[in-house]
Amino acid sequence: MDGNGQLPVVEVHDLVKRYRKAKVNAVDGVSFAVRRGEVFGLLGPNGAGKTTTVGILTTRVRRTGGTGSVSGVDVGVDPVRARGLVAVVPQRNNLDRSLSIRQNLLFHAAYHGVPAAERTRRADALLEEFGLAERANDKPDMFSGGQAQRVMVARALMHAPDVLFLDEPTTGLDPAARLFVWDRVRDLKARGVTIVLTTHDMDEAAELADRVGIMDHGKLLALDTPAALTRRLPGRTTLEVAVVLNGTPPDDLLRELGALDAVERVEQVASAGPPGGWPPMGGPMGGGAMGGAMGGGPPGGRPDGPPSGPPAAAVAQRELRARLYLAGDAPQLVAPVAAVVANHNAQLTDVAIGAPSLEDVFIALTGRALR
Amino acid sequence: MTTTTTTAPTTAGPRRTTAGPARAFLAVLWRDLYVTGRELPVFLAQVVLQPLFLLFVFGKVLTDLGFAQPGYTRVLFPGIVALTAFVTGLQSTAFPLVIDFSFTKEIEDRLLAPLPVGMVAVEKVVFASLRALLAALVMLPVGIWILGSIPWRASGVPLFITILVLGCLVGSCLGMIMGTAVPPNRINVMFALILTPLLFTGASQYPWASLDHLPWFQVVTALNPLTYVSEGMRAALVPEVPHMRPWVSVLVLVVTIVVSLAIGIRLFLRRAVD
Repeated sequence: MDGNGQLPVVEVHDLVKRYRKAKVNAVDGVSFAVRRGEVFGLLGPNGAGKTTTVGILTTRVRRTGGTGSVSGVDVGVDPVRARGLVAVVPQRNNLDRSLSIRQNLLFHAAYHGVPAAERTRRADALLEEFGLAERANDKPDMFSGGQAQRVMVARALMHAPDVLFLDEPTTGLDPAARLFVWDRVRDLKARGVTIVLTTHDMDEAAELADRVGIMDHGKLLALDTPAALTRRLPGRTTLEVAVVLNGTPPDDLLRELGALDAVERVEQVASAGPPGGWPPMGGPMGGGAMGGAMGGGPPGGRPDGPPSGPPAAAVAQRELRARLYLAGDAPQLVAPVAAVVANHNAQLTDVAIGAPSLEDVFIALTGRALR
Repeated sequence: MTTTTTTAPTTAGPRRTTAGPARAFLAVLWRDLYVTGRELPVFLAQVVLQPLFLLFVFGKVLTDLGFAQPGYTRVLFPGIVALTAFVTGLQSTAFPLVIDFSFTKEIEDRLLAPLPVGMVAVEKVVFASLRALLAALVMLPVGIWILGSIPWRASGVPLFITILVLGCLVGSCLGMIMGTAVPPNRINVMFALILTPLLFTGASQYPWASLDHLPWFQVVTALNPLTYVSEGMRAALVPEVPHMRPWVSVLVLVVTIVVSLAIGIRLFLRRAVD
């Protein structure tokens, strides 16, 4: 059977790798499966074991324990066959500098036994598609990091691998090259290429991956779609509101907001953002007027004009900025919040929904930031 | 039904033809030969210049000036062919491997080709040996050009070819050990410390048998595999010059090749696979 996308392309069970002379496992009991046509992201800080995992699956690293297979071929038992099924785009440019770009593609296909006519056809098609046709006869030396990477992706596709491994595909690239890579990954996915990519960039993982495995210290801490991963964090969806108090005591308002259904917690935050006029840290420098001017003016109306004068804490509070931590959906809470504010004769000037990011997921899992 | 006529390969497209490791091996070898072929003049200048000058200064200048006997060229020429084969082989594995493993990583694409990693190491030895063979054979016309004539006898050709091939292989295998064992920051030092002594303790410029007045040096030279190449060459081309028995040369070379290849592949695997 051909699997119909049901059989996993990559399967990893309890994978362990300990390097020679190392005191800890670089990969420590990792298991996951990648479905056909899926973009699978391994997210984690440097040293988390992502590249080692990819190294094992691409036969460049010998596993210490567990199993890893590609299209049913055990990479440790039959590395020669496995190498025909995988392709790797490494972090570093490893193009053959003695050969032109086109020859890089052609020889790669020759190593993989693609017949001569077919490799010429594929090379020309890929060069065209990747915008490299005009530079086909240039040597890799003359290519920037982003261009070299494009060539390496094209090269990787020359032998029509079952799965393409992209190791930190955008690390060290400028923003434009990064966006280009993102577009290529989406195109490849549209073409049905199965992709495993490693990254320490949460935006990249959220942007590109159908499912994300979060790794740290050689362990896979969580594995799901980006949306499901962030949904797992109760109280991580937030609703931030800015209110002009019009004389209402802020504590009353906070108490009532906190009593709303689905609000787990409410806290007053320093208003540093657009609707805020208060100095960010309540510090003496930068009065409200200045902050407002620098922020380009508040989006909401503010009848009293920008607050001015001494630091925030010293005057009666005119404005309140509060963050509500929610158990449920933020949009559904906007109306009740507005009602509470209106009941107090206060004025709602800004509402912002804060969705948790993969970074928050990572912090929740490991207790520290990703970078 | 298809949305666009994408001609590039996809995983859903027609299946690849599965390559046998032998086919991959030939493709990898072809890549190296292709690159060498394209820069052949540079390659020849690189490997022929040193033996050419050795031959010119020792074989032509010194004999013409009377510092060396006219018959010395008959001792020297086979030794220089041996030296060229051995050193070219050694450099053709050692240098590229150090550079590939430590700096350019170009070799990765071949390590990911569908053939056993050990076969990639063997390919390096085969390729280096072919380069060495070419360089050594070029020394024949170079010898005629510089010396006017070279010692040659038809009955020695089978032994000449045997020793030549073994000399190329032994150099390439030892180069594999150097290229994979030497840490990148020590390349310069190691090449100076290893290559120069090898050049002068290999009996290329003197017959080994004549060293019996210098017994300690005779022992030292006996440890250099190049000595057996030089001696074997003399046995083939100038049998009147005292030389080791050919079977000793052949035996020592074969054993050295087998052992150094085994070590070289082990070291290669260690660099190639973590």
